[in-house]
Amino acid sequence: MAAYFNILLAGVFQAAVLFLVASGLQLIFGVQRIVNLACGSIYALGAYFGIFVTSWALSKGLPVYMFPLVLLASGIVIGLIGIPLERLIRTIYNRPESFQLLLTFAVMLMFQDILRYFWGADPQQLPNVSMTFGTISVLGVSMPTYNVMVIGVAIALAIGMAYFLGKTRTGKILRATAENRETSAAMGINVTRVYVLVFTLGTMLGTIGGALVIPNAAASLGMGVELVVEAFAVVVIGGLGSMKGAAVGALIVGLIRALSAMIYPEAEILAIYAIVLAVLIWKPAGLYGKVEA
Amino acid sequence: MKPNIANTVDDTMHNIAPNAQESDFVAPPGIPRIKLILGGLVIALLAIAPLIVSQYYMTLLIPFFAYAVILLGFNLLFGYGGLLSFGHALFIAIGAYAAAALVSKTGMVSFELMLLTAIVASAIISLPIALLASRFTGIFFGMLTLSFGMLFHSFLNKFYYITGGESGMRVPRPTLFGMELGQFDKTAFLAGPFYYYCLVVILLLAFVMWRIVRSPYGIHLMASRDNPVKALYLGVKVRNVRAIAFVISAVYAAIGGVILGINTGLADPELAYWTHSGHLVFMAVLGGYQEFLGPVLGAFVFILLQDELSSLTQYWRFFLGAILAIMVIALPGGIMGAIRKIKGKGEQS
Repeated sequence: MAAYFNILLAGVFQAAVLFLVASGLQLIFGVQRIVNLACGSIYALGAYFGIFVTSWALSKGLPVYMFPLVLLASGIVIGLIGIPLERLIRTIYNRPESFQLLLTFAVMLMFQDILRYFWGADPQQLPNVSMTFGTISVLGVSMPTYNVMVIGVAIALAIGMAYFLGKTRTGKILRATAENRETSAAMGINVTRVYVLVFTLGTMLGTIGGALVIPNAAASLGMGVELVVEAFAVVVIGGLGSMKGAAVGALIVGLIRALSAMIYPEAEILAIYAIVLAVLIWKPAGLYGKVEA
Repeated sequence: MKPNIANTVDDTMHNIAPNAQESDFVAPPGIPRIKLILGGLVIALLAIAPLIVSQYYMTLLIPFFAYAVILLGFNLLFGYGGLLSFGHALFIAIGAYAAAALVSKTGMVSFELMLLTAIVASAIISLPIALLASRFTGIFFGMLTLSFGMLFHSFLNKFYYITGGESGMRVPRPTLFGMELGQFDKTAFLAGPFYYYCLVVILLLAFVMWRIVRSPYGIHLMASRDNPVKALYLGVKVRNVRAIAFVISAVYAAIGGVILGINTGLADPELAYWTHSGHLVFMAVLGGYQEFLGPVLGAFVFILLQDELSSLTQYWRFFLGAILAIMVIALPGGIMGAIRKIKGKGEQS
């Protein structure tokens, strides 16, 4: 029993990080209809920048227990890179989907080397901070407190996003733009500004996800490219453009990964794609997606 | 092939109207003489290349042949079918692994048998994927193919007792028509007999593809791309047409995969990785996917560019990415599109 609970917690932690990246992907797709292949690179950027800022702050005498806040802040700050990125991607809003995919693929290629230029090819790690808060035990299973905090942040962000999109004025504007861009523009909504906001927010969710994961995992050049396919799996399972889908999809993928890593490690990724394919065959729009074309 | 495809399709559509005679079918315009001469010149250059090109650049020409075959197939799907696959590298890997498996299981090292195995394997594997994927277009098609590609990639990686895992499987030097050709060393073999063999293979495959895209089937495929609803209404079996394109392009990719595997002597999982598929799309767009030979030109330029850039700087991926971004934003027609634009301007003034 305890073993399964352990798997559950590990899975939920992975799900929390995956959710952040996938929700960024969903937000951007939901409003702008663009699938961002560079989301993985943005996640990797968040991770590298998080290590850079945190180790700098720690060397300046920052108390160690403050590091999660620094990580969070660094994730938010580097997320502002979404503004210039949006400016680049703006050029192809009216092009076929394949070109939009290709441009984000180009961005991904460039980021791969930008990260290597600044931080080198070797994996980077944040030295011994992950156990700062010790562990807590729940039902006889102990888990790093930091992991619980990350899960908490992800849940808080999920609720925050739901409130922002559902209740606030800006959220309504975003949803209106997602529904119909032309009409919204005709009603006086500044679509350009909405797009900048959405893309930056989506990017920020990715960089926060990257920043929060690094106390547990090293930042490496390959991490982004690998994450893209997982985030895609989440999005396909949950349904393109749906925030709820991102949450459910991330949980499914996170739990399956943790479970199969325990039972039959060879099938780790295979199991995820088996589910992806099953969803695409029986429910092509995903669990919470709208049916399209 | 000059006038835009939509018009050609429309015209032919009218010609297939019920009361039209078989003889009313207007074949698309032939190839202008200038292009034939140019094509002959290129083939002649390729034929004498081993005599004039330095050995170093010869090692780039074999991968070029492999990618040329792969992209001829890929563009049937992407250019003519309007379906963007982000998992096409899967079939390159299947080709390379089929060749490797043939050798390790049966000990036969015949190039012809390798090709045959790759063709059969890729056709068998691509058929169910094609039937499933042909239900989708756009982003979903891309995601589905990406999923299949990554599925296969992780299979190659994880089931090491079958596939050799990360280190892959060896693809030994093959015999051609049963000839050992032991008098050549490895590079001489690749730059000599193997080179000419591949040249013939690619010319043959290019001719076959040319016939495919010019056939009524090719026109059905383009019609399914431009207006699937109208095509369906006119009796085109859109899904079947797309599925067939998928299988054909998979077979082409596998053939390219065999050549690629022999060239490097290795079939490794990275062949199936999704970024490799991305590179295929890159080549297609770089050369110009709206032209029959555009993607082949793209493969040529891509390989040269990658080679030049990686010898100049270790950050060559950045520059490749930047070039791709510029192409996508400013030159969506690729190199071929740019040439046509310049020519078009010249004729006007």
